[in-house]
Amino acid sequence: MNELLKIRDLHAVVDGKEILKGINLDVHAGEIHAIMGPNGAGKSTLSAVLTGRENFTVTRGEVTFKGKNLLEMPPEDRAREGIFLSFQYPVEIPGVSTVNFLKTAVNEHRKYRGQPPYPPGEFLKMIREKMEWVDIDSKLLNRSLNEGFSGGEKKKNEIFQMAVLEPTLAILDETDSGLDIDALRVVANGVNRLKAPGNAIIVITHYQRLLEHVVPDVVHVLHDGRVVKTAGKELALELEKQGYDHVKRLLAGEN
Amino acid sequence: MNKEKINRDLADLFREAKEILARNTSPLIDRHREEAYRHFTSQGGIPANTEEYRHANLLPLFDRDYHVALNPRPLHVTPGDLFTCNVPALDTRHRFTINGWPVNNPGEPTELPGGVIACSLSDAAKYYPRLVEQHYNRHATTPPRDPLVQLNTAFARDGIFLHVPDGITLDKPLQIVNLMLGNNNNIMSFQRDLIVIGKGATATILACDHTLSDHAFLANNVTEIALDENASIQYYQVQNQHSAAARVHSTCITQERQSRLDANIITLHGGYTRDNLLVTLRGEESQCNLHGIYLPDKQQQVDNHTIVDHAAPRCQSNELFKGILDDHATANFTGRVIVRPGAKKTSAYQANHNLLLTNTARVNTRPQLVIDADDVKCTHGATVGQLDDDATFYLRSRGIPKEEARLMMMAAFAREITGKVHLAPLREQLDDLLEKRLRGELSKCHDNLLHCKRST
Repeated sequence: MNELLKIRDLHAVVDGKEILKGINLDVHAGEIHAIMGPNGAGKSTLSAVLTGRENFTVTRGEVTFKGKNLLEMPPEDRAREGIFLSFQYPVEIPGVSTVNFLKTAVNEHRKYRGQPPYPPGEFLKMIREKMEWVDIDSKLLNRSLNEGFSGGEKKKNEIFQMAVLEPTLAILDETDSGLDIDALRVVANGVNRLKAPGNAIIVITHYQRLLEHVVPDVVHVLHDGRVVKTAGKELALELEKQGYDHVKRLLAGEN
Repeated sequence: MNKEKINRDLADLFREAKEILARNTSPLIDRHREEAYRHFTSQGGIPANTEEYRHANLLPLFDRDYHVALNPRPLHVTPGDLFTCNVPALDTRHRFTINGWPVNNPGEPTELPGGVIACSLSDAAKYYPRLVEQHYNRHATTPPRDPLVQLNTAFARDGIFLHVPDGITLDKPLQIVNLMLGNNNNIMSFQRDLIVIGKGATATILACDHTLSDHAFLANNVTEIALDENASIQYYQVQNQHSAAARVHSTCITQERQSRLDANIITLHGGYTRDNLLVTLRGEESQCNLHGIYLPDKQQQVDNHTIVDHAAPRCQSNELFKGILDDHATANFTGRVIVRPGAKKTSAYQANHNLLLTNTARVNTRPQLVIDADDVKCTHGATVGQLDDDATFYLRSRGIPKEEARLMMMAAFAREITGKVHLAPLREQLDDLLEKRLRGELSKCHDNLLHCKRST
């Protein structure tokens, strides 16, 4: 299978504290991976390091994406290479309209690939099509990005952006948190429509419930900055039943 | 810097100039000089480290050698040939000044539809003496008498005059284009504009300040604006001069009952730019909205000094000034709100927000509330900060390069002010200019922005 993301012995530090302590992970095209784990395990740090947040320092290890050294790239290049992060807490940006932001982003992606800017008419057509994926109100398009959006609207807006940008690797960082059942289903549908043989998705979550809709091929348990267990989708159910303390106890026993 | 020497030179100049000025000026204007000059000197002359002019650092500007034109210089070209406004589709009537002197542009009549008068102040004193007598220097003397306003009154001879009679709407915006143009000398100028809006009348005014030569300039200008009952005015000021230009502009406004002022002060470029906005809300239920944006970089300094005097009940004032500062630029904002005894149900809102792009840019922001009445609502807020890292990262994570992301956020920050410009062609041009300015594409354009496309 076609390997997209390869993480080897990844260590990362924030504010002098080591959060990632040797992560290994392989993601192939067509796969859906779930990363689960207790609070503070390093799940969000992993997504931040993969997307290039500047306040995290990689101290050891390597990450390649489609065979390229990911850690050398600025965040915008990672995005244009096809990595997309659905933020746990999407940022409000007053004064930047959602539609202008999307147009700029899409055209930056096209420029990177050597394509001309989207013809305006076609852009709007594409936007309207993608809005249906996530059942988003067209009024949101002319509002400032995420400003005054409800929690659910913000999460839907993340999935909408994902649909527009069509990433090769989508990382959903606790996209399910704060969603009611209906919104969860809408988000899950949007994610499933992205799924294609050439793409991969990493779902970071505490809970089983999103994984009922977006069914993972592989489930990893992250604990104290390391992947401590990897198995099939049944692992998510097991965790839901027995909790992370069970994992911790197992680990303590193994020591 | 020798303050005494500067003041002595000004005193000599005033003594020498008095006769020349008196010979060439209407008594309606001339008779205010002596008293104004006394007020100027009694306050110590050019202000240095006074409460009103703290951080202003005026002495180096006044210490340069200037030619003070006490008479207009004959002009051999029409102003329309010197300058073409580059805002597409902006349909305005033009009035030009060069170094503070009104110049006639052929084909622009003095009397406009509805009995509107738009001419030079000196012509107004000649042909419409009653209006000038009634209003000249009546709106520029409210305490505390600003020393530079007094200095202007002491030397001013001419400027632009506009009168919109009761009940009339000015058919097109009046665009006052102020050009600075040196010959062999640096130039100091004292332009004096008077704008009188009658009962229930409305007008839109766009004042633009530009420099056309590389000389050092020091303009100390005053615009008096009288708004009668129910009058309303949209007043836009776009300032774009080169780095050796200093400009102090005091806009003195008196508002009668239920009148409304919307002012937008846009400072794009200049060495030193100071705007005094001195508003007296004299009639009940009058409203003033003061907005401003400034974008200094390099060594530029921009000062906005506002005093809103709530002298009557149930008036509203709203102030929002925003700045983006780069390099070693400095900005000062003072927002003084005075609520007089008896000015019940006053509503005053004020905010000043600043983005600092470097560690060497500086902002001093001072809200000053003086409240002597009960049952009033006054709020103020000020921020000085950097671009939000989280927001920058969010945009970058979508594939938008860092510089572009920063630019989008800066433009968005500024658009809160330009968005309040009701003249659509001007607003669009301003947004375009702002973006170019923020991209650094206009830094080499020494004369002016609205004109700049020619040289880029």
